[in-house]
Amino acid sequence: MAKSETYNYKVVRQFALMTLVWGVVGMLVGVIIAAQLCWPALNFDVPWLSFGRLRPLHTNAVIFAFGGCGLFATSYYVVQRTCHTRLFSDALASFTFWGWQAVIVLAAITLPLGITSSKEYAELEWPIDILITLVWVSYAVVFFGTIVKRRIKHIYVANWFFGAFILTIAILHLVNSAAIPATLTKSYSAYAGVQDAMVQWWYGHNAVGFFLTAGFLGMMYYFIPKQAGRPVYSYRLSIVHFWALIFTYIWAGPHHLHYTALPNWTQSLGMVMSVILLAPSWGGMINGIMTLSGAWHKLRTDPVLRFLVVSVSFYGMSTFEGPMMSIKTVNALSHYTDWTIGHVHSGALGWVAFVTMGCLYYLIPRLYGRELYSLKLVETHFWVSTLGIVLYITSMWVAGIMQGLMWRAVNDDGTLTYAFIETVKAMHPFYIIRLLGGVMFLGGTLIMCYNVYRTIAGSKPVIASVPVPAAAH
Amino acid sequence: MADFTSGGWSIFIAVVTVVSLVALWYLAWALSARRTGSGPVETSGHVWDEDLEEYNNPLPRWWLNLFYITIIWSALYLAAYPGLGAYKGMLAWSQQDEYAAEVAAADAKYAPVFDKFANQDLAQVARDPEAQKIGGRLFANYCTACHGSDAGGARGFPNLRDGDWLYGGTPEAVKASIANGRMGAMPAWGAVVGADGVKQVTAYVEKLAGRTTDEAAATAGAKVYQTNCIACHGPDGKGNPMMGAPNLTDDIWLYGGSTEKIAETIEKGRNGQMPAHGELLGDAKVHLLAAYVLSLGGSQAASP
Repeated sequence: MAKSETYNYKVVRQFALMTLVWGVVGMLVGVIIAAQLCWPALNFDVPWLSFGRLRPLHTNAVIFAFGGCGLFATSYYVVQRTCHTRLFSDALASFTFWGWQAVIVLAAITLPLGITSSKEYAELEWPIDILITLVWVSYAVVFFGTIVKRRIKHIYVANWFFGAFILTIAILHLVNSAAIPATLTKSYSAYAGVQDAMVQWWYGHNAVGFFLTAGFLGMMYYFIPKQAGRPVYSYRLSIVHFWALIFTYIWAGPHHLHYTALPNWTQSLGMVMSVILLAPSWGGMINGIMTLSGAWHKLRTDPVLRFLVVSVSFYGMSTFEGPMMSIKTVNALSHYTDWTIGHVHSGALGWVAFVTMGCLYYLIPRLYGRELYSLKLVETHFWVSTLGIVLYITSMWVAGIMQGLMWRAVNDDGTLTYAFIETVKAMHPFYIIRLLGGVMFLGGTLIMCYNVYRTIAGSKPVIASVPVPAAAH
Repeated sequence: MADFTSGGWSIFIAVVTVVSLVALWYLAWALSARRTGSGPVETSGHVWDEDLEEYNNPLPRWWLNLFYITIIWSALYLAAYPGLGAYKGMLAWSQQDEYAAEVAAADAKYAPVFDKFANQDLAQVARDPEAQKIGGRLFANYCTACHGSDAGGARGFPNLRDGDWLYGGTPEAVKASIANGRMGAMPAWGAVVGADGVKQVTAYVEKLAGRTTDEAAATAGAKVYQTNCIACHGPDGKGNPMMGAPNLTDDIWLYGGSTEKIAETIEKGRNGQMPAHGELLGDAKVHLLAAYVLSLGGSQAASP
């Protein structure tokens, strides 16, 4: 090569920092609404601060702003480095950054104003949906364009997962958000009744399956072997669990609609495919954890690796819990209770957030050419946040199962033993414990922000050259 | 079943499902070879980003067996339960049948508990301690969301303990309210009487309730009242239970008693709805609920 090519680290840096910013915003809103559930007066009778409007702001901010920026940052980094080439287009990559930030800011404005399509995890109205589509198509062009111009024949496993995530989210978004606009800020779903519910949960569960799982498995497959300095445990396992995972997830949505107007056959198919999902999910966990075999001692000294490995453990736990909760008999108890909230957060905090934080701790020093300011603070972050997660999910397990049991308790005359308000009252102490868990998790994130700030303050951005590819195979 | 617009879809779903299960099995089986030979595990031979490599360890047996077991379980489940299109499954189970069976069983078990009181006089049931308990539970299940757990009501939802009854407090009237529901409609008068008219009638209504108010406005309001309001609220403002028109002289206000709220009610009107519970609960439970409400202390003597 005449002049050595460099990696595009600029867009990675931009997304990496915004991951932290939106993480703090999203988690803070989460803490506020958790406090409102303890003390409803905290909405101050202001419509923009009411639970119903802040809750979608929380979910959108943590999933699409925090998680989304994390996925952009890591996928752009990984795809360049494992393809040994610069991103396909700097301009388009830059557009995805500014476009995605615009989407997030628009969400932060419209959702508190009460502008919503009312579809869960897809609340943004149609003009924003169009912007999302433009950004996502550009993302796909940048990502797959980079794959096409790769200098190494085999496509690394992390890129399979990123690729599946990008493609599937495009389809999910287009189908679920299909709507007929009435005004600039209001549209009506293209579907009606139970079809609308089914499309919604086909989307909703695959938002979990592809946005929050496949994409983050892509992160796991690059950053764990890198941080551990060990090869991935099993290439063969990665093939089987990749195809089984992406194929089976698509079927699982109906388990959100057990015992509803959805036909019996649809419910059954959703349930059996959810149970089959257990092994493909655990395939990812095995490949993550077993990559450490022979290097277990590193867990004692490397808090960054600990973030990554504990995240995979939480992934294994919540992907056991999920198939179990999809079984109708269990679902009859768990559905509509706060157990579901606990389940989601064991995945969202333990898996998604932790793996993202581990990756950022790996990335930041390499993007800014500095050692992490303090490993001690990473350690503190780890323990404060882990304890926060444990408080969060155990309190929601107890509260949720108690709630479900109270709902179904009947007196000798067949009347319900408890009025609804009695279940709310019984859950109050657990809501406070949950709030405490959330505050701790947010606290850990703030520690990380300080650590990252100290690491990068006054640093010069790294310009990394693309290495000459290894000998062809 | 009306789940399919044509039988072809049913076959399509069944075939796709079965092929999918077989394909998942095949995927795992095709790559399930055990290790041959000993020594260090080989890598796949690819290297990325300077040092990224992959071992080619075999699939863990326990994991592979777990995968197989879930597929076998799924096949068995789909043989027994509905799932493969319109095929009903060997157990012919459906959630509709399960629900109907559970309701029938509950009805058979609990009906005697309620039926015991169905033919008793409401006043008598209202004094029965056992009926009180059952009625209280029914009230907690079905009524507290609007009327409050103490039956004290809330704005727009009447207090059931105060002796003031929009539709009459006789046993028959209370039971009819529960069984058939009520629709309370106060029309909006803003456009008819104008802003001044609203102010004047508000003053008059406050005077009727025994408050001191702007006499001139109240006098003007009386005229407006006589033209527009007496049909429902009566010449003396005592209301009319036949229409659910409230008594305006007792200082009990369903939608708030401040001057502003009264004016708002006159200007914009109100709509109140008590849903009908007869069909949902059946006569025996409605009977017990009526007795419970009557026992709360606000009842009136039976109509002669």
